[in-house]
Amino acid sequence: MHLSSDIGVWIGAFLTLGIFSFLYKDNPVYKFCEHLFVGISAGYYVVLTMISSVYPNMIQPLFTNFTHDRNYFLLIPLALGIMLFSRFFPRGDWLSRWPIAFILGVYPALRITGFAQGDLVEQVHGTMLPLWVPGDAGTTINNWLLVGGLLTTLIFFFFSKEHKGALGGSARVGIYFLMISFGASYGYTVMARVSLLIGRVMFLLDDWLGLLRF
Amino acid sequence: MRDFLAGLRALDRRWIFLAVGLLVIAPLLFGFHLAPVVPSHRAKGFYDAIERLPEGSTVLVAADYDPGTRAENYPMHLAAARQLMRRNIKIIGVELYPAGVPIGDDVLRTMGAELGKKLGVDYVNLGYKVGNELVMSSMGTSIPKTFPVDSRGVPVSKIPVMRGIENFQQIDMIVSISAGYPGTKEWVQQVVSRFHVPMIAGVTAVSAPEYYPYLQAGQLQGLLGGMAGAAEYEALVGKPALATRGMDAQSLAHVFIAFMIILGNIAFLGQRKPAKG
Repeated sequence: MHLSSDIGVWIGAFLTLGIFSFLYKDNPVYKFCEHLFVGISAGYYVVLTMISSVYPNMIQPLFTNFTHDRNYFLLIPLALGIMLFSRFFPRGDWLSRWPIAFILGVYPALRITGFAQGDLVEQVHGTMLPLWVPGDAGTTINNWLLVGGLLTTLIFFFFSKEHKGALGGSARVGIYFLMISFGASYGYTVMARVSLLIGRVMFLLDDWLGLLRF
Repeated sequence: MRDFLAGLRALDRRWIFLAVGLLVIAPLLFGFHLAPVVPSHRAKGFYDAIERLPEGSTVLVAADYDPGTRAENYPMHLAAARQLMRRNIKIIGVELYPAGVPIGDDVLRTMGAELGKKLGVDYVNLGYKVGNELVMSSMGTSIPKTFPVDSRGVPVSKIPVMRGIENFQQIDMIVSISAGYPGTKEWVQQVVSRFHVPMIAGVTAVSAPEYYPYLQAGQLQGLLGGMAGAAEYEALVGKPALATRGMDAQSLAHVFIAFMIILGNIAFLGQRKPAKG
Protein backbone atom coordinates (compact mmCIF):
# COMPACT_ATOMS: atom_id res chain seq x y z
CA MET A 1 0.00 0.00 0.00
CA HIS A 2 1.33 3.37 -1.05
CA LEU A 3 -0.96 6.28 -0.16
CA SER A 4 -0.93 9.22 -2.55
CA SER A 5 0.70 12.44 -1.35
CA ASP A 6 -1.10 14.49 -4.00
CA ILE A 7 -3.79 16.72 -2.46
CA GLY A 8 -5.72 16.68 -5.77
CA VAL A 9 -5.98 12.89 -5.62
CA TRP A 10 -7.27 13.07 -2.02
CA ILE A 11 -9.91 15.62 -3.00
CA GLY A 12 -10.88 13.42 -5.97
CA ALA A 13 -11.12 10.35 -3.71
CA PHE A 14 -13.27 12.20 -1.18
CA LEU A 15 -15.62 13.45 -3.91
CA THR A 16 -15.85 9.98 -5.52
CA LEU A 17 -16.74 8.35 -2.20
CA GLY A 18 -19.16 11.20 -1.49
CA ILE A 19 -21.02 10.57 -4.75
CA PHE A 20 -20.95 6.78 -4.19
CA SER A 21 -22.54 7.31 -0.76
CA PHE A 22 -25.82 7.97 -2.61
CA LEU A 23 -25.97 4.24 -3.35
CA TYR A 24 -26.67 3.71 0.34
CA LYS A 25 -29.07 6.62 0.61
CA ASP A 26 -29.37 10.33 -0.06
CA ASN A 27 -27.21 12.32 2.38
CA PRO A 28 -25.65 15.77 2.92
CA VAL A 29 -22.17 14.68 1.76
CA TYR A 30 -23.63 13.57 -1.59
CA LYS A 31 -25.52 16.84 -1.92
CA PHE A 32 -22.36 18.83 -1.15
CA CYS A 33 -20.38 16.95 -3.83
CA GLU A 34 -23.20 17.35 -6.36
CA HIS A 35 -23.52 21.10 -5.79
CA LEU A 36 -19.77 21.55 -5.89
CA PHE A 37 -19.65 19.75 -9.24
CA VAL A 38 -22.42 21.88 -10.75
CA GLY A 39 -20.86 25.14 -9.54
CA ILE A 40 -17.32 24.35 -10.61
CA SER A 41 -18.48 23.04 -14.01
CA ALA A 42 -20.43 26.22 -14.74
CA GLY A 43 -17.48 28.44 -13.79
CA TYR A 44 -15.01 26.30 -15.73
CA TYR A 45 -17.12 26.32 -18.91
CA VAL A 46 -17.60 30.11 -18.82
CA VAL A 47 -13.88 30.79 -18.37
CA LEU A 48 -12.84 28.18 -20.95
CA THR A 49 -15.27 29.53 -23.54
CA MET A 50 -13.91 33.03 -23.00
CA ILE A 51 -10.27 31.89 -23.26
CA SER A 52 -10.62 29.39 -26.09
CA SER A 53 -13.34 30.92 -28.29
CA VAL A 54 -14.39 34.48 -27.52
CA TYR A 55 -10.89 35.90 -27.03
CA PRO A 56 -8.89 34.23 -29.89
CA ASN A 57 -11.73 34.19 -32.43
CA MET A 58 -13.28 37.61 -31.79
CA ILE A 59 -11.66 39.92 -29.24
CA GLN A 60 -8.10 39.47 -30.48
CA PRO A 61 -8.85 39.86 -34.22
CA LEU A 62 -11.05 42.88 -33.49
CA PHE A 63 -9.04 44.80 -30.95
CA THR A 64 -5.45 43.57 -31.38
CA ASN A 65 -4.98 42.51 -34.99
CA PHE A 66 -7.52 44.85 -36.53
CA THR A 67 -4.90 47.22 -37.97
CA HIS A 68 -3.41 44.34 -40.01
CA ASP A 69 -6.48 42.33 -40.86
CA ARG A 70 -9.58 44.50 -41.07
CA ASN A 71 -12.19 41.81 -40.73
CA TYR A 72 -15.34 43.91 -40.51
CA PHE A 73 -17.52 40.80 -40.62
CA LEU A 74 -16.56 40.12 -37.01
CA LEU A 75 -18.59 43.17 -35.97
CA ILE A 76 -21.76 41.22 -36.86
CA PRO A 77 -21.27 38.36 -34.32
CA LEU A 78 -20.07 40.94 -31.78
CA ALA A 79 -23.28 42.93 -32.20
CA LEU A 80 -25.44 39.77 -32.16
CA GLY A 81 -23.65 38.53 -29.05
CA ILE A 82 -24.25 41.81 -27.22
CA MET A 83 -27.90 41.77 -28.32
CA LEU A 84 -28.34 38.39 -26.58
CA PHE A 85 -27.69 40.11 -23.24
CA SER A 86 -30.67 42.42 -23.80
CA ARG A 87 -32.80 39.70 -22.20
CA PHE A 88 -31.68 41.11 -18.86
CA PHE A 89 -33.47 44.41 -19.63
CA PRO A 90 -37.25 44.09 -19.95
CA ARG A 91 -37.62 47.18 -22.16
CA GLY A 92 -35.15 45.97 -24.76
CA ASP A 93 -35.46 42.21 -24.51
CA TRP A 94 -36.95 42.02 -28.02
CA LEU A 95 -33.45 42.66 -29.35
CA SER A 96 -32.37 39.17 -28.24
CA ARG A 97 -34.82 37.63 -30.73
CA TRP A 98 -32.55 38.55 -33.64
CA PRO A 99 -29.51 36.50 -32.56
CA ILE A 100 -31.81 33.67 -31.41
CA ALA A 101 -33.50 33.70 -34.82
CA PHE A 102 -30.05 33.56 -36.42
CA ILE A 103 -29.06 30.53 -34.30
CA LEU A 104 -32.40 28.84 -35.00
CA GLY A 105 -31.90 29.38 -38.71
CA VAL A 106 -28.31 28.20 -38.98
CA TYR A 107 -28.42 25.13 -36.72
CA PRO A 108 -31.35 23.27 -38.31
CA ALA A 109 -29.95 23.98 -41.78
CA LEU A 110 -26.58 22.57 -40.81
CA ARG A 111 -28.05 19.52 -39.09
CA ILE A 112 -30.60 18.74 -41.81
CA THR A 113 -28.00 18.83 -44.58
CA GLY A 114 -25.64 16.76 -42.42
CA PHE A 115 -28.35 14.21 -41.73
CA ALA A 116 -29.40 14.03 -45.37
CA GLN A 117 -25.83 13.51 -46.57
CA GLY A 118 -24.46 11.40 -43.75
CA ASP A 119 -27.44 9.32 -42.71
CA LEU A 120 -30.27 9.23 -45.22
CA VAL A 121 -28.45 8.84 -48.54
CA GLU A 122 -25.48 6.84 -47.26
CA GLN A 123 -27.59 4.51 -45.15
CA VAL A 124 -30.05 3.77 -47.97
CA HIS A 125 -27.04 3.11 -50.15
CA GLY A 126 -25.60 0.86 -47.45
CA THR A 127 -28.67 -1.40 -47.49
CA MET A 128 -28.51 -2.05 -51.23
CA LEU A 129 -26.74 -5.35 -50.85
CA PRO A 130 -26.46 -8.48 -52.99
CA LEU A 131 -28.71 -11.20 -51.58
CA TRP A 132 -26.60 -13.93 -53.09
CA VAL A 133 -22.83 -13.87 -52.66
CA PRO A 134 -21.35 -16.95 -54.40
CA GLY A 135 -19.02 -18.92 -52.14
CA ASP A 136 -19.72 -16.80 -49.06
CA ALA A 137 -22.68 -18.19 -47.16
CA GLY A 138 -21.97 -16.00 -44.09
CA THR A 139 -22.22 -12.73 -46.03
CA THR A 140 -25.32 -13.99 -47.87
CA ILE A 141 -27.08 -14.75 -44.56
CA ASN A 142 -25.95 -11.43 -43.07
CA ASN A 143 -27.29 -9.51 -46.07
CA TRP A 144 -30.64 -11.32 -45.89
CA LEU A 145 -30.88 -10.54 -42.17
CA LEU A 146 -30.03 -6.89 -42.72
CA VAL A 147 -32.43 -6.33 -45.60
CA GLY A 148 -35.15 -8.46 -43.97
CA GLY A 149 -34.72 -6.67 -40.64
CA LEU A 150 -34.87 -3.28 -42.31
CA LEU A 151 -38.02 -4.03 -44.32
CA THR A 152 -39.96 -5.72 -41.50
CA THR A 153 -39.04 -2.96 -39.04
CA LEU A 154 -40.16 -0.32 -41.53
CA ILE A 155 -43.44 -2.26 -41.95
CA PHE A 156 -43.91 -2.20 -38.16
CA PHE A 157 -43.81 1.61 -38.31
CA PHE A 158 -46.26 1.71 -41.25
CA PHE A 159 -49.56 2.73 -39.66
CA SER A 160 -51.65 3.61 -42.72
CA LYS A 161 -53.06 0.09 -42.92
CA GLU A 162 -54.20 -2.26 -40.16
CA HIS A 163 -51.55 -4.82 -39.20
CA LYS A 164 -53.37 -7.97 -40.40
CA GLY A 165 -52.43 -10.89 -42.60
CA ALA A 166 -49.04 -10.68 -44.35
CA LEU A 167 -48.57 -7.10 -43.19
CA GLY A 168 -49.27 -8.10 -39.58
CA GLY A 169 -46.89 -11.10 -39.80
CA SER A 170 -44.12 -8.92 -41.22
CA ALA A 171 -44.70 -6.29 -38.53
CA ARG A 172 -44.41 -9.02 -35.86
CA VAL A 173 -41.06 -10.12 -37.30
CA GLY A 174 -40.07 -6.43 -37.22
CA ILE A 175 -40.90 -6.37 -33.49
CA TYR A 176 -38.49 -9.28 -32.92
CA PHE A 177 -35.72 -7.41 -34.73
CA LEU A 178 -36.45 -4.34 -32.62
CA MET A 179 -36.39 -6.41 -29.41
CA ILE A 180 -33.02 -7.90 -30.34
CA SER A 181 -31.63 -4.41 -30.99
CA PHE A 182 -33.00 -3.17 -27.65
CA GLY A 183 -31.36 -6.13 -25.91
CA ALA A 184 -28.02 -5.39 -27.59
CA SER A 185 -28.31 -1.73 -26.60
CA TYR A 186 -29.09 -2.70 -23.01
CA GLY A 187 -26.08 -5.04 -22.93
CA TYR A 188 -23.85 -2.22 -24.15
CA THR A 189 -25.38 0.12 -21.57
CA VAL A 190 -24.54 -2.34 -18.77
CA MET A 191 -20.99 -2.58 -20.10
CA ALA A 192 -20.71 1.22 -20.17
CA ARG A 193 -21.90 1.64 -16.58
CA VAL A 194 -19.68 -1.14 -15.25
CA SER A 195 -16.73 0.39 -17.12
CA LEU A 196 -17.32 3.72 -15.40
CA LEU A 197 -17.39 1.95 -12.03
CA ILE A 198 -14.15 0.14 -12.90
CA GLY A 199 -12.55 3.46 -13.81
CA ARG A 200 -13.42 4.99 -10.43
CA VAL A 201 -12.41 1.85 -8.51
CA MET A 202 -9.06 1.85 -10.35
CA PHE A 203 -8.60 5.49 -9.36
CA LEU A 204 -9.35 4.72 -5.70
CA LEU A 205 -7.24 1.55 -5.52
CA ASP A 206 -4.33 2.71 -7.65
CA ASP A 207 -3.99 6.51 -7.72
CA TRP A 208 -5.22 7.04 -4.15
CA LEU A 209 -4.36 3.92 -2.13
CA GLY A 210 -1.58 2.53 -4.33
CA LEU A 211 -2.88 -1.00 -3.89
CA LEU A 212 -2.79 -2.29 -7.47
CA ARG A 213 0.24 -4.33 -8.41
CA PHE A 214 -0.88 -5.54 -11.85
CA MET B 1 -39.34 -22.00 -3.11
CA ARG B 2 -42.22 -19.55 -2.85
CA ASP B 3 -40.56 -17.89 0.15
CA PHE B 4 -37.28 -17.71 -1.74
CA LEU B 5 -38.94 -15.98 -4.71
CA ALA B 6 -40.80 -13.62 -2.37
CA GLY B 7 -37.47 -12.84 -0.68
CA LEU B 8 -35.91 -12.08 -4.06
CA ARG B 9 -38.70 -9.70 -4.93
CA ALA B 10 -38.19 -7.86 -1.65
CA LEU B 11 -34.38 -7.87 -1.89
CA ASP B 12 -32.87 -4.52 -0.97
CA ARG B 13 -31.08 -3.27 -4.11
CA ARG B 14 -28.12 -2.16 -1.99
CA TRP B 15 -27.07 -5.81 -1.66
CA ILE B 16 -26.79 -5.94 -5.44
CA PHE B 17 -24.72 -2.74 -5.47
CA LEU B 18 -22.44 -4.26 -2.82
CA ALA B 19 -22.03 -7.50 -4.79
CA VAL B 20 -21.22 -5.64 -8.02
CA GLY B 21 -18.72 -3.50 -6.11
CA LEU B 22 -16.96 -6.54 -4.65
CA LEU B 23 -16.93 -8.33 -8.01
CA VAL B 24 -15.23 -5.30 -9.55
CA ILE B 25 -12.71 -4.78 -6.73
CA ALA B 26 -11.59 -8.44 -6.33
CA PRO B 27 -10.15 -9.06 -9.84
CA LEU B 28 -8.46 -5.65 -9.83
CA LEU B 29 -6.82 -6.40 -6.47
CA PHE B 30 -5.85 -10.01 -7.08
CA GLY B 31 -5.34 -9.85 -10.86
CA PHE B 32 -6.67 -13.26 -11.85
CA HIS B 33 -7.12 -13.87 -15.54
CA LEU B 34 -10.44 -15.18 -16.85
CA ALA B 35 -10.19 -15.21 -20.62
CA PRO B 36 -7.87 -13.89 -23.34
CA VAL B 37 -8.87 -10.74 -25.20
CA VAL B 38 -9.63 -11.66 -28.82
CA PRO B 39 -9.76 -8.67 -31.23
CA SER B 40 -12.94 -8.36 -33.27
CA HIS B 41 -13.05 -7.36 -36.94
CA ARG B 42 -14.21 -3.91 -35.80
CA ALA B 43 -11.07 -3.38 -33.72
CA LYS B 44 -8.93 -4.84 -36.51
CA GLY B 45 -10.51 -2.35 -38.90
CA PHE B 46 -9.50 0.49 -36.56
CA TYR B 47 -5.95 -0.82 -36.25
CA ASP B 48 -5.51 -1.61 -39.95
CA ALA B 49 -6.78 1.82 -41.03
CA ILE B 50 -3.91 3.46 -39.12
CA GLU B 51 -1.42 0.87 -40.35
CA ARG B 52 -2.36 1.65 -43.96
CA LEU B 53 -1.45 5.33 -43.58
CA PRO B 54 1.97 6.23 -44.96
CA GLU B 55 4.56 7.67 -42.58
CA GLY B 56 4.39 11.45 -42.29
CA SER B 57 0.62 11.55 -42.80
CA THR B 58 -1.44 14.00 -40.76
CA VAL B 59 -4.32 12.73 -38.64
CA LEU B 60 -6.95 14.76 -36.81
CA VAL B 61 -7.68 13.20 -33.42
CA ALA B 62 -10.99 14.51 -32.12
CA ALA B 63 -11.17 13.71 -28.40
CA ASP B 64 -14.80 14.53 -27.74
CA TYR B 65 -15.19 13.28 -24.19
CA ASP B 66 -14.66 14.45 -20.63
CA PRO B 67 -13.83 12.85 -17.26
CA GLY B 68 -17.35 11.38 -17.09
CA THR B 69 -16.43 8.69 -19.63
CA ARG B 70 -12.67 8.68 -19.07
CA ALA B 71 -12.67 5.00 -18.05
CA GLU B 72 -13.89 3.98 -21.50
CA ASN B 73 -12.42 6.60 -23.82
CA TYR B 74 -9.01 7.29 -22.28
CA PRO B 75 -7.51 3.79 -22.87
CA MET B 76 -8.51 3.80 -26.56
CA HIS B 77 -7.31 7.40 -26.95
CA LEU B 78 -3.95 6.53 -25.40
CA ALA B 79 -3.55 3.39 -27.53
CA ALA B 80 -4.47 5.28 -30.72
CA ALA B 81 -1.90 8.01 -29.93
CA ARG B 82 0.67 5.25 -29.31
CA GLN B 83 0.04 3.58 -32.67
CA LEU B 84 -0.01 6.89 -34.56
CA MET B 85 3.21 8.19 -33.01
CA ARG B 86 4.93 4.83 -33.40
CA ARG B 87 4.19 5.06 -37.12
CA ASN B 88 5.55 8.66 -37.30
CA ILE B 89 2.14 10.08 -38.14
CA LYS B 90 1.54 13.71 -37.21
CA ILE B 91 -1.31 14.37 -34.82
CA ILE B 92 -3.57 17.40 -34.64
CA GLY B 93 -5.80 17.16 -31.59
CA VAL B 94 -9.12 18.98 -31.12
CA GLU B 95 -11.82 18.75 -28.46
CA LEU B 96 -15.45 19.72 -28.70
CA TYR B 97 -16.07 18.92 -25.03
CA PRO B 98 -14.98 21.75 -22.72
CA ALA B 99 -13.50 19.43 -20.11
CA GLY B 100 -11.73 17.35 -22.75
CA VAL B 101 -8.78 19.71 -23.19
CA PRO B 102 -6.70 18.59 -20.17
CA ILE B 103 -7.24 14.94 -21.16
CA GLY B 104 -6.25 15.64 -24.78
CA ASP B 105 -3.11 17.43 -23.59
CA ASP B 106 -2.32 14.61 -21.16
CA VAL B 107 -2.63 11.83 -23.76
CA LEU B 108 -0.46 13.58 -26.34
CA ARG B 109 2.19 14.63 -23.81
CA THR B 110 2.32 11.18 -22.18
CA MET B 111 2.76 9.38 -25.51
CA GLY B 112 5.05 12.11 -26.88
CA ALA B 113 7.37 11.74 -23.89
CA GLU B 114 7.32 7.93 -24.12
CA LEU B 115 8.03 7.80 -27.86
CA GLY B 116 10.32 10.85 -28.10
CA LYS B 117 7.96 13.09 -30.09
CA LYS B 118 8.09 16.88 -29.89
CA LEU B 119 5.14 19.11 -29.10
CA GLY B 120 4.49 21.43 -32.02
CA VAL B 121 6.68 19.42 -34.40
CA ASP B 122 5.08 15.96 -34.28
CA TYR B 123 1.82 16.78 -32.55
CA VAL B 124 -0.28 19.66 -31.35
CA ASN B 125 -3.49 20.04 -29.40
CA LEU B 126 -5.65 22.85 -30.79
CA GLY B 127 -7.95 22.61 -27.79
CA TYR B 128 -11.63 23.38 -27.38
CA LYS B 129 -13.89 25.52 -29.49
CA VAL B 130 -17.54 26.24 -28.79
CA GLY B 131 -20.03 25.56 -31.59
CA ASN B 132 -20.31 21.79 -32.10
CA GLU B 133 -21.22 21.13 -35.78
CA LEU B 134 -20.39 24.73 -36.67
CA VAL B 135 -16.79 24.11 -35.64
CA MET B 136 -16.59 21.04 -37.90
CA SER B 137 -18.14 22.90 -40.80
CA SER B 138 -15.87 25.89 -40.24
CA MET B 139 -12.79 23.63 -40.21
CA GLY B 140 -13.77 22.55 -43.71
CA THR B 141 -13.20 26.14 -44.81
CA SER B 142 -10.14 26.93 -42.70
CA ILE B 143 -8.64 25.10 -39.73
CA PRO B 144 -6.23 27.97 -38.82
CA LYS B 145 -9.10 30.49 -38.82
CA THR B 146 -11.28 28.20 -36.69
CA PHE B 147 -8.40 27.51 -34.30
CA PRO B 148 -6.14 30.61 -34.47
CA VAL B 149 -4.22 29.40 -31.39
CA ASP B 150 -3.54 25.99 -29.82
CA SER B 151 -4.52 24.91 -26.29
CA ARG B 152 -1.48 26.76 -24.88
CA GLY B 153 -2.36 30.00 -26.68
CA VAL B 154 0.45 29.71 -29.27
CA PRO B 155 -0.62 31.04 -32.72
CA VAL B 156 -0.97 28.15 -35.18
CA SER B 157 1.13 30.09 -37.72
CA LYS B 158 4.11 29.48 -35.41
CA ILE B 159 3.50 25.74 -34.97
CA PRO B 160 5.56 23.60 -37.42
CA VAL B 161 3.10 20.68 -37.50
CA MET B 162 0.37 23.07 -38.70
CA ARG B 163 2.38 24.29 -41.70
CA GLY B 164 0.48 23.63 -44.91
CA ILE B 165 -2.67 22.61 -43.06
CA GLU B 166 -5.53 24.69 -44.41
CA ASN B 167 -8.61 22.47 -44.26
CA PHE B 168 -9.67 18.80 -44.44
CA GLN B 169 -7.92 18.33 -47.78
CA GLN B 170 -4.62 18.11 -45.90
CA ILE B 171 -6.02 15.69 -43.29
CA ASP B 172 -5.45 12.03 -44.16
CA MET B 173 -7.78 10.56 -41.57
CA ILE B 174 -9.97 11.47 -38.61
CA VAL B 175 -9.79 9.49 -35.38
CA SER B 176 -12.90 10.25 -33.36
CA ILE B 177 -12.83 9.32 -29.68
CA SER B 178 -16.35 10.12 -28.67
CA ALA B 179 -18.70 10.07 -25.71
CA GLY B 180 -21.87 11.30 -27.41
CA TYR B 181 -22.92 14.71 -28.71
CA PRO B 182 -21.03 16.29 -30.37
CA GLY B 183 -18.96 13.35 -31.50
CA THR B 184 -18.66 10.54 -34.01
CA LYS B 185 -22.16 10.97 -35.47
CA GLU B 186 -21.59 14.66 -36.15
CA TRP B 187 -18.12 14.08 -37.62
CA VAL B 188 -19.65 11.53 -40.02
CA GLN B 189 -22.54 13.81 -40.95
CA GLN B 190 -20.59 17.05 -41.28
CA VAL B 191 -17.16 15.94 -42.45
CA VAL B 192 -16.98 12.34 -43.75
CA SER B 193 -19.93 12.65 -46.10
CA ARG B 194 -19.13 16.22 -47.15
CA PHE B 195 -15.34 16.25 -47.39
CA HIS B 196 -14.80 12.49 -47.88
CA VAL B 197 -12.13 12.13 -45.21
CA PRO B 198 -11.64 8.53 -44.02
CA MET B 199 -12.57 8.03 -40.38
CA ILE B 200 -12.30 5.54 -37.53
CA ALA B 201 -14.01 5.86 -34.16
CA GLY B 202 -13.65 4.77 -30.55
CA VAL B 203 -16.88 5.34 -28.67
CA THR B 204 -18.52 4.65 -25.32
CA ALA B 205 -20.34 1.33 -25.07
CA VAL B 206 -23.70 2.96 -24.47
CA SER B 207 -23.49 4.81 -27.80
CA ALA B 208 -21.78 2.02 -29.80
CA PRO B 209 -24.96 0.44 -31.31
CA GLU B 210 -25.75 3.80 -32.88
CA TYR B 211 -22.57 3.65 -34.96
CA TYR B 212 -22.79 0.09 -36.31
CA PRO B 213 -24.78 1.27 -39.37
CA TYR B 214 -21.93 3.68 -40.21
CA LEU B 215 -19.45 0.82 -40.00
CA GLN B 216 -21.64 -1.42 -42.13
CA ALA B 217 -22.09 1.32 -44.76
CA GLY B 218 -18.33 1.96 -44.92
CA GLN B 219 -18.55 5.46 -43.46
CA LEU B 220 -16.35 4.23 -40.62
CA GLN B 221 -13.38 1.98 -41.29
CA GLY B 222 -13.13 0.69 -37.74
CA LEU B 223 -15.02 0.95 -34.47
CA LEU B 224 -14.05 0.43 -30.84
CA GLY B 225 -17.03 0.02 -28.51
CA GLY B 226 -16.41 0.76 -24.84
CA MET B 227 -13.81 -0.81 -22.59
CA ALA B 228 -14.04 -4.17 -24.40
CA GLY B 229 -13.23 -2.48 -27.72
CA ALA B 230 -10.35 -0.61 -26.09
CA ALA B 231 -8.96 -3.88 -24.64
CA GLU B 232 -9.14 -5.54 -28.08
CA TYR B 233 -7.30 -2.59 -29.59
CA GLU B 234 -4.65 -2.64 -26.84
CA ALA B 235 -4.02 -6.29 -27.75
CA LEU B 236 -3.54 -5.33 -31.40
CA VAL B 237 -1.22 -2.43 -30.54
CA GLY B 238 0.76 -4.89 -28.42
CA LYS B 239 0.61 -2.94 -25.19
CA PRO B 240 -2.07 -4.27 -22.81
CA ALA B 241 -2.91 -1.40 -20.45
CA LEU B 242 -5.83 0.15 -18.58
CA ALA B 243 -8.69 -1.44 -20.55
CA THR B 244 -7.15 -4.92 -20.47
CA ARG B 245 -6.72 -4.64 -16.70
CA GLY B 246 -10.40 -3.88 -16.32
CA MET B 247 -11.73 -6.74 -18.48
CA ASP B 248 -11.83 -9.41 -15.74
CA ALA B 249 -13.81 -7.10 -13.48
CA GLN B 250 -16.05 -6.33 -16.45
CA SER B 251 -16.65 -10.02 -17.20
CA LEU B 252 -17.45 -10.93 -13.58
CA ALA B 253 -19.86 -8.02 -13.21
CA HIS B 254 -21.57 -8.97 -16.48
CA VAL B 255 -22.03 -12.60 -15.43
CA PHE B 256 -23.49 -11.47 -12.11
CA ILE B 257 -25.87 -8.96 -13.74
CA ALA B 258 -27.01 -11.56 -16.31
CA PHE B 259 -27.60 -14.02 -13.42
CA MET B 260 -29.59 -11.41 -11.51
CA ILE B 261 -31.70 -10.63 -14.60
CA ILE B 262 -32.58 -14.31 -14.96
CA LEU B 263 -33.28 -14.61 -11.24
CA GLY B 264 -35.37 -11.43 -11.31
CA ASN B 265 -37.46 -12.78 -14.18
CA ILE B 266 -38.02 -16.09 -12.37
CA ALA B 267 -39.13 -14.17 -9.28
CA PHE B 268 -41.42 -12.02 -11.42
CA LEU B 269 -42.95 -15.03 -13.19
CA GLY B 270 -43.54 -16.70 -9.80
CA GLN B 271 -45.61 -13.68 -8.86
CA ARG B 272 -47.91 -13.92 -11.88
CA LYS B 273 -50.51 -16.60 -11.42
CA PRO B 274 -53.34 -17.34 -13.82
CA ALA B 275 -56.69 -16.29 -12.44
CA LYS B 276 -58.81 -19.25 -11.41
CA GLY B 277 -62.36 -19.28 -12.60
